[in-house]
Amino acid sequence: MTSECFLPKSELQSLIDCLLGDGFTIVGPMIDQEAIVYGEIRSVDALPRGWTDRQEAAKYRLERRDDDALFGFVVGPHSWKKYLFPPLTTVASAQKTDDGWQMETPAPDSTKYAFLGVRACELAAIGIQDRVFTGGPYVDPVYDARRKSAFIIAVNCTQAAPTCFCSSMQTGPTCSSGFDLALTELADGFVIEAGSDAGSELLARLKTQSISAEQTSEAEAARQQAIDQQTKQLDTANIRDVLLGNLEHPRWEEVGAQCLGCTNCTMVCPTCFCSSVEEVSDLAGENVERQRHWDSCFNLSFSYMSHGTTRNTITHRYRQWLTHKLASWHDQFGTSGCVGCGRCITWCPVGIDLTEEVATIRGNEGYCDLATGEEA
Amino acid sequence: MNPVSSCLPNADPWLAHTVRIASITDEIQDVATYRLEFEDSAVADAYSFLPGQFNMLYLPGVGEAAISISSDPRQRGVLDHTVRVAGSVTGELAQLQEGATFGLRGPFGSAWPIDECLGGDVVIVTGGIGLAPLRPAIYELLNRKDECGQLTLLYGAREPSGLLYTNEFDDWRQRGFEVAVTVDRGTDAWKGNVGVVPQLLDRMPLEHPEQTTVLCCGPEVMMWFAARSALGRGVPAERIWVSLERNMNCAIGLCGHCQFGPSFICKDGPVLRYDLVAPLLRVEGF
Repeated sequence: MTSECFLPKSELQSLIDCLLGDGFTIVGPMIDQEAIVYGEIRSVDALPRGWTDRQEAAKYRLERRDDDALFGFVVGPHSWKKYLFPPLTTVASAQKTDDGWQMETPAPDSTKYAFLGVRACELAAIGIQDRVFTGGPYVDPVYDARRKSAFIIAVNCTQAAPTCFCSSMQTGPTCSSGFDLALTELADGFVIEAGSDAGSELLARLKTQSISAEQTSEAEAARQQAIDQQTKQLDTANIRDVLLGNLEHPRWEEVGAQCLGCTNCTMVCPTCFCSSVEEVSDLAGENVERQRHWDSCFNLSFSYMSHGTTRNTITHRYRQWLTHKLASWHDQFGTSGCVGCGRCITWCPVGIDLTEEVATIRGNEGYCDLATGEEA
Repeated sequence: MNPVSSCLPNADPWLAHTVRIASITDEIQDVATYRLEFEDSAVADAYSFLPGQFNMLYLPGVGEAAISISSDPRQRGVLDHTVRVAGSVTGELAQLQEGATFGLRGPFGSAWPIDECLGGDVVIVTGGIGLAPLRPAIYELLNRKDECGQLTLLYGAREPSGLLYTNEFDDWRQRGFEVAVTVDRGTDAWKGNVGVVPQLLDRMPLEHPEQTTVLCCGPEVMMWFAARSALGRGVPAERIWVSLERNMNCAIGLCGHCQFGPSFICKDGPVLRYDLVAPLLRVEGF
């Protein structure tokens, strides 16, 4: 695609205006309820200028920066799945007529989203949800329509939180593909590059400047800082077999005793895709909508069957979540379900850290090979 | 192993087709067979299924239930579901009369491996309502009897009144199926076997175990014992097939409910090769 150029900070509003003019609904970071979340924006002024986030297990705080950075934070409780895979959406409807029930599909959603500030781990998460919702024999029409029309402006991280481990998941912190435009923030502007034809076309409409060698090295140093600051890691070697071969490990009981089953980890996870469809009817019972809402494998009802519930204890449900996320996801989608964003660590009320759980289960011991039943 | 057929012409997998109840046959206590007809003739013409697949039956305002298809896949225009009252959807369905309409999505899921059965002997091991998803396989194997070796159905129920489709057993026998039945608890009038189904498998002669295919549907513990018996008799692990059940919500692998380790029971199953799922079947709460 195009090579890098420089976008002065004053020109970011032009980028927003171009997208608004093209009919996009722009979603970007903003401060709400003492967190940096994603919401609809129309102006640069909505961005969390001069704020950063401080994160650790079970802790998230906003703090003032000593500069006016617009993207000087990591990731908050929201992810872009909120827009591509909405928390509540109608997937079908039914009307009772004189000839019986008539089934209908909801009118297609024509909203075109532009996402401003997508981090590398989040690009990876979108790539994973693409496989979940559009890569199999059945394509989810809601996700597919929103995804196809989305315009993605990535932002390279220039810092890392203690909860970040994207490097070890090989998803970041530098954005390499999956975006239309990618920015690296410097003090007075952005190093910007296009990653698609649509991105190149938009870039051509902006007042960019040629980039200096100094700006290039400054951007490289900023991106390197996000790599250097990462302390957490997850050892992914043989992880599928390590976890599925240790389903009776005593650690599951220990973490099950800590876990509240609150579902926070699955709500903030940018790849968790579990949902349930419920019937919402008018009083006469003649107009019915089938509404899909986010659900969680931590809910007891999630594995309910008429003759019993499969996963009765929190231990069973934590084991299901972690083994799915890190192990059986590979069987199902050819990728891990984890991108190393650290949200599940930050937003767990009791601070359970999946990287520690994996390390403990991995231990120094072997595991039982599922196929042969032998110690590996 | 995982045939996926969708009911054309729907491109949207969430959209149900309207079906009308053509007839209702009471089978046993709390179990009835519903013969359904599509309202849209184009859908009726396009619809086909494989033995072992299921549909989502949709009662607007109540919800959906995953129900196996229990009719002959070759009998065009006939679509039967044998349903036991077990929850809100099946309970509401039991209140409906012939002529009532509701929704149907499907067919979904994997099928019994009929082609792999051909050329050898087949033993079907099942209990209670588990015979319903196997009835299409029985019909299909009878349709292709000339290509099969010995066909045997081993069927059990808690008590004689829990046995399904008993009025068809003589026909199946005449056409080439050995049918052996057992109950956990007999009655004064019961003159047949008493005991659990896997015991029938223990006792039956297997002349060519290495060429025998076992199809199994029932409670997981029953399938585990049946598989263990078959393995002990020399049936290769890759010739033993089971149909598993989990909570199903979307039926299209998008909602996460029915996960069983690497498999989504709705689209990779419900019919799965035993040796691929056996290690997980023994893990409590997985």
